[in-house]
Amino acid sequence: MTFVAKPRTHHPLLPVNELGLTRRDYEGSVSTLCAGCGHDSVSAAIVQACAELSIPPHRFAKVSGIGCSSKTPSYFLNKSHGLNSVHGRMPSVMTGANLANRDLYCVGVSGDGDSASIGMGQFAHIVRRRINMLYVVDNNGTYGLTKGQFSATNDKGSTSKKGAPNLYEPIDLASMALQLGASFVARSFSGDKQQLVPLIKAALVHKGMAFIDVISPCVAFNNHNGSTKSYEHIRQHGQNVVNADYIADHEEITADYEPGTFEDVSMPDGSTLRLFKIDENYDPHDRVSALNYVQRRGQEGEVVTGLLYVDPDASDCHEILDTVQRPLNELQETDLCPGNDALQAVNESFR
Amino acid sequence: MSVIHNDFVIRFANVNGSGSASANGMFAKALFRMGIPVATRNIFPSNIQGLPTWFEVRVSEQGYLGRREGVDIMVAMNAETFVEDVGSVSPGGYLLYDNSKPIAKTLKRDDITEIGIPLSTMLLPEFTDPKQRSLFKNITYLGALSGLLNIDFEVITGMVATQYKGKDALIQPNIHALELGRQYAYEYLNAPLPIQVRQSDQVGDRIMIDGNAAAALGALYGGATVCAWYPITPSTSVAEAFELHANRLRVEHDSGQKKFAIVQAEDELAAIGIVIGAAWNGARSFTATSGPGVSLMSEFLGLAYFAEIPAVLWDIQRAGPSTGMPTRTQQSDVLAAAYASHGDTKHPVLFPATPKECFDFGAESLDLADRLQTPIIVLSDLELGMNDNLSEPFEWDDSRTYDRGKVYTAEDLDELEVFGRYLDIDGDGIGYRTLPGTHPDKGAFFTRGTSRDEFAAYTESPEAYERNMQRLLTKWETAAKLVPSAEINNQKRGVGVIYYGTTSLPMPEALEQLSAEGITIDTCRIRAFPFGDEVAEFVDSHELVFVVEQNRDAQMRKLLINENEFSPQKLVAVTYYAGLSISADFIYGEILKYYQENKLSRLTEVQK
Ligand SMILES: Cc1ncc(C[n+]2csc(CCOP(=O)(O)OP(=O)(O)O)c2C)c(N)n1
Ligand code: SF4
Ligand SMILES: [Mg+2]
Repeated sequence: MTFVAKPRTHHPLLPVNELGLTRRDYEGSVSTLCAGCGHDSVSAAIVQACAELSIPPHRFAKVSGIGCSSKTPSYFLNKSHGLNSVHGRMPSVMTGANLANRDLYCVGVSGDGDSASIGMGQFAHIVRRRINMLYVVDNNGTYGLTKGQFSATNDKGSTSKKGAPNLYEPIDLASMALQLGASFVARSFSGDKQQLVPLIKAALVHKGMAFIDVISPCVAFNNHNGSTKSYEHIRQHGQNVVNADYIADHEEITADYEPGTFEDVSMPDGSTLRLFKIDENYDPHDRVSALNYVQRRGQEGEVVTGLLYVDPDASDCHEILDTVQRPLNELQETDLCPGNDALQAVNESFR
Repeated sequence: MSVIHNDFVIRFANVNGSGSASANGMFAKALFRMGIPVATRNIFPSNIQGLPTWFEVRVSEQGYLGRREGVDIMVAMNAETFVEDVGSVSPGGYLLYDNSKPIAKTLKRDDITEIGIPLSTMLLPEFTDPKQRSLFKNITYLGALSGLLNIDFEVITGMVATQYKGKDALIQPNIHALELGRQYAYEYLNAPLPIQVRQSDQVGDRIMIDGNAAAALGALYGGATVCAWYPITPSTSVAEAFELHANRLRVEHDSGQKKFAIVQAEDELAAIGIVIGAAWNGARSFTATSGPGVSLMSEFLGLAYFAEIPAVLWDIQRAGPSTGMPTRTQQSDVLAAAYASHGDTKHPVLFPATPKECFDFGAESLDLADRLQTPIIVLSDLELGMNDNLSEPFEWDDSRTYDRGKVYTAEDLDELEVFGRYLDIDGDGIGYRTLPGTHPDKGAFFTRGTSRDEFAAYTESPEAYERNMQRLLTKWETAAKLVPSAEINNQKRGVGVIYYGTTSLPMPEALEQLSAEGITIDTCRIRAFPFGDEVAEFVDSHELVFVVEQNRDAQMRKLLINENEFSPQKLVAVTYYAGLSISADFIYGEILKYYQENKLSRLTEVQK
């Protein structure tokens, strides 16, 4: 895959933010994901949110794990540093990055495989530690990058690319984040910019752990039985026409619905996801009722979207550890080294 | 009867969790304060309470700090191991035990001297609380030993006073228990024995400290701000000591806030991940673990190697998996550390031998990691890390600055036309990095493991991959020049010996023993991997080189052969790996045996 930088000429009609910058200043490199992949919509929403917040585009630290989702930090905020780490371990790397410099905006991107399977432990513990960050999971219910195996967030009974049904209970990361003490928990849908952008903005300015579970369809592994676009179908019926690894271009799947209403979204695997958008009567300040609400709606087959819980006064890890206000990475010898006199006293205490 | 001064091995056999550790520690400290060189060794089970534990003190006027075979005085306080303990006393030695109950006739040995003290019965009228009684038993035998061995009583009572400062109510009963024991020794036991201590000047200005505390202090002085760790014996006390000293020495004056962050992570994967994340973002950071942790950290070590992110990892080595033997010392992670991870990786490894070196390497490893932009692994072990070792005092040159390596500032970037993260501008294989948030327009890049070109742009080009891998080799050569060089004594005597880490402790004594047999050999103490030219020169200038180490597979020997393509015939393995520390007697025995079996010529014929 070649890597082309986008031209940086500003469109005269693009809105300018408080820093005099446009959305283009917050963009990244050209995406190498499949056309129509939900993850690209999430990246676009991050770009828009950061631009609208007028945060200097170089003041972010982007960290991800491994997966299609984890590739996305290079597709937004090109002026900030990013680190594509190892599978499932974004949380630990981000913990270190945040401890080193509390002044940067931390954006962690992960996938459902990355966070709900191999990195489940790290997900749970970074939430507990309350690192001040935006934690986004691009949740597609599958392992995109390794070609369509079930992920642990996939609903029981849905079918894989090979047609086998998922036999195991799904993990709901939003419920877990609620239970583990995240001070901001939201869920949204990649195709619902109206909802997603404000949530990302709120999460970025929230102090503490802000977790957003973004349902983000994988368009490559649309393999419900009988689908004419399924891998099986193409293999059996179209070998002479296309290769088995051919992936047709897809339209982005979007959703546009009012608070307090449902929207049934057709997923690439042929299933239908019923999203329910919480309305203004919902009180997002009660952790226990939030958990209860999400679970109960879930039992009725609905995926609740919106801001599920927020505690605006929560503390973050730096407050818990009582670290200095200055970033640790800016401290110099005079701040850090106690000097030889103190060392001689240490020696004396070991005599 | 002639009296032996300051030259014996005493072993305390106790039950884990019985409070013996502090009394035994006081014993060693008292001799140390009398100016006598001592080396202490804990042999303990993976258990919190109830299993046997031993504490051994080597007392040596000559300053030999390695383990010596044989026990001259056994303080046998554990009924469960009594038989074994009686058996391990050297002929002519002494057995101190609680004779409140008589010992079985079958256990009697006529080649040792029994010293019975009715500890339990004698404390019965003194302390009514049974828990106190069992605690004071330890203090009472310490009192008895002070009489038997002629230890300066004021040194001990002074220590009690400092230990219980603030808890004054405890001082008096402790001193009383000490006196009870001491008096008993004088009244009933013919104290002092022919084995005694006496004031010496052999300690000098040295300190007595465990290597883990020294490592933590080194990291503190070296400017580490982030410490992430997961508990595992024998490394836990590194993080604990860092916290202890940082809370004292690294607090902002006005705010009282901490100029450091310590995270007890959920596992070792997270611990090294935190270190890498912090270092990527410009904070000096380190973790400490043992073999199992290194296994878990391997994937991340590979990432840091390829992504060229600094990291410092202390591996306090112990024996293999699970629990039990793993709380015994070994040097068995050499290869695992040197080649940790996947896809052509190798890491600089440092081998400290003393607490002073733990301190020095604690700071230096942070400089090296920043300079080389790669993980640095420091291989200590349980012997060094968890035992109080005699050590040169620590020193810090206040004019010293941290080497933060090649990091572009915003001003540097302003002057720069193009920034290429992985360009080898200086020809040493090390590129210039930038830290997140430095500059509004320049210097940002996306850090990946592989698949990037000199400008950190994504590519899967075979040529770019190869160029990168070659540059990493150039960096490796730079590393060989920067890491601590080997300590060498080469008088071209034909035969040499290579050793490292705690295997150095018994070496002076083993060399003495060998030279009495007419065997004189040159020495090379390796202090780091990659090996500097001096190591190759040492091997090349000898016909035969013993490589002495504490693992089964002769890992350092293999590493030498692998990296420098030395002839395997030339490097003779001398390995000890049974879980105790390697002794001078063992090294001497093995080398002597090799000389005898191969009929090698000696300097002088042995005169018997
Ligand atoms: C240790 C390790 N095991 C396995 C893999 C292979 N792998 C790469 S991506 C991936 C799954 C990614 O799934 P998810 O996090 O859901 O991301 P998506 O591609 O669906 O966005 C796996 C298993 C790996 N990179 N590292
Ligand atoms: S495989 Fe799926 S998740 Fe990956 S880029 Fe394609 S659509 Fe997106
Ligand atoms: Mg996924």
